[in-house]
Amino acid sequence: MTTAMPAKRLLVLIPAFNEEGAVGEVVAEVRSAVPGTPILVVDDCSLDATRSLAETAGAKVLALPHHLGLGGCVQAGYRLAYELGYDYVIRVDGDGQHDPRDIPTVLAALQKGNCEMVIGSRFVDDNGEHTNVLRAAGIMFFRAMLRPILGRPVHDPTSGYVGVNRTALELFSATFPLEYPEIEALVVLQRKRFRFVEVPCRFRPRRAGRSTITVVKSLYYMIHVLLGVFVNVLKFEARRK
Amino acid sequence: MDRLFDVVAVFSLVLIVWVLSSVRRAHIRVEYSVSWLLAGAVLLILALWRTLDDRIAAALGISDSFVALAIFAGAAFLVVLYRLSLRISGLKDSSITLAQQVAILEFKLKALNEKIQTPAAR
Repeated sequence: MTTAMPAKRLLVLIPAFNEEGAVGEVVAEVRSAVPGTPILVVDDCSLDATRSLAETAGAKVLALPHHLGLGGCVQAGYRLAYELGYDYVIRVDGDGQHDPRDIPTVLAALQKGNCEMVIGSRFVDDNGEHTNVLRAAGIMFFRAMLRPILGRPVHDPTSGYVGVNRTALELFSATFPLEYPEIEALVVLQRKRFRFVEVPCRFRPRRAGRSTITVVKSLYYMIHVLLGVFVNVLKFEARRK
Repeated sequence: MDRLFDVVAVFSLVLIVWVLSSVRRAHIRVEYSVSWLLAGAVLLILALWRTLDDRIAAALGISDSFVALAIFAGAAFLVVLYRLSLRISGLKDSSITLAQQVAILEFKLKALNEKIQTPAAR
């Protein structure tokens, strides 16, 4: 599906760290899926040719002076997008796991105006075949944990395929979880009474490199996210009192 | 038991001298040395002034005064570490904001330069 869009309204944000094997192709796919839409690659101080390959492929590059991690990297992109006046930002990962052909689906859901954030989900239409057992177990755990906090189910809480409108962009450019942002961002959003919807999106195996996730890192991830969610809930409770 | 108090006294002295030396060589900033020096000084006083340890131990209901000293030392270092964690967290937040701002300013500067260098813009 290819859709022409107003040049200034939508920005496609691609956070990338050492993604020279995939980022050029991802940028090309985004250009093909949404011609004329500005693409911003946020380079988290990569040690390889990510920056030059992204520029060659036709993206603008926001180059961070030192490595910030995923949350800091995405927030930098949100801040710039907010300052430049974009209305919608859709984040697509630089490793090629998110299929850019679904960007128009995410944008259409945002443009309906009944939510501040759209999550591209692997599981709305049971298309999560590229998820390994460990990750699937983690997703099930976080689904169960988030349901009472959000007051509604979320199918794919760890998805990074996310679109935000300007209201959420303003919030996230000021407050964004810095290390493992996806799940905590949902809680931040909920506490502001913002809404989200999920739309089915295609996910693929990463194009290049390999995941650095290990069992120990997965455990650290779970503890970190649980603590982050807990702190966010406490913050909200304290403000309410 | 006396020897343990002497060991703590020597350890405290080494800590104080080490921190002062690091401050002199500008390896530690003065404001970050205060907590360590304070902890070292209090530990030294407690290691040398046994009657004070005995009183503290009695007040806490501990029969062994060295255990009271050890608890105090542990608590003191936990407080110092907590204060450092606070400082590191604050500095990390500042560093992230600064890095993002630098990147955004560089991006805008580059865009401005490109605009200026484009013949149509002249």
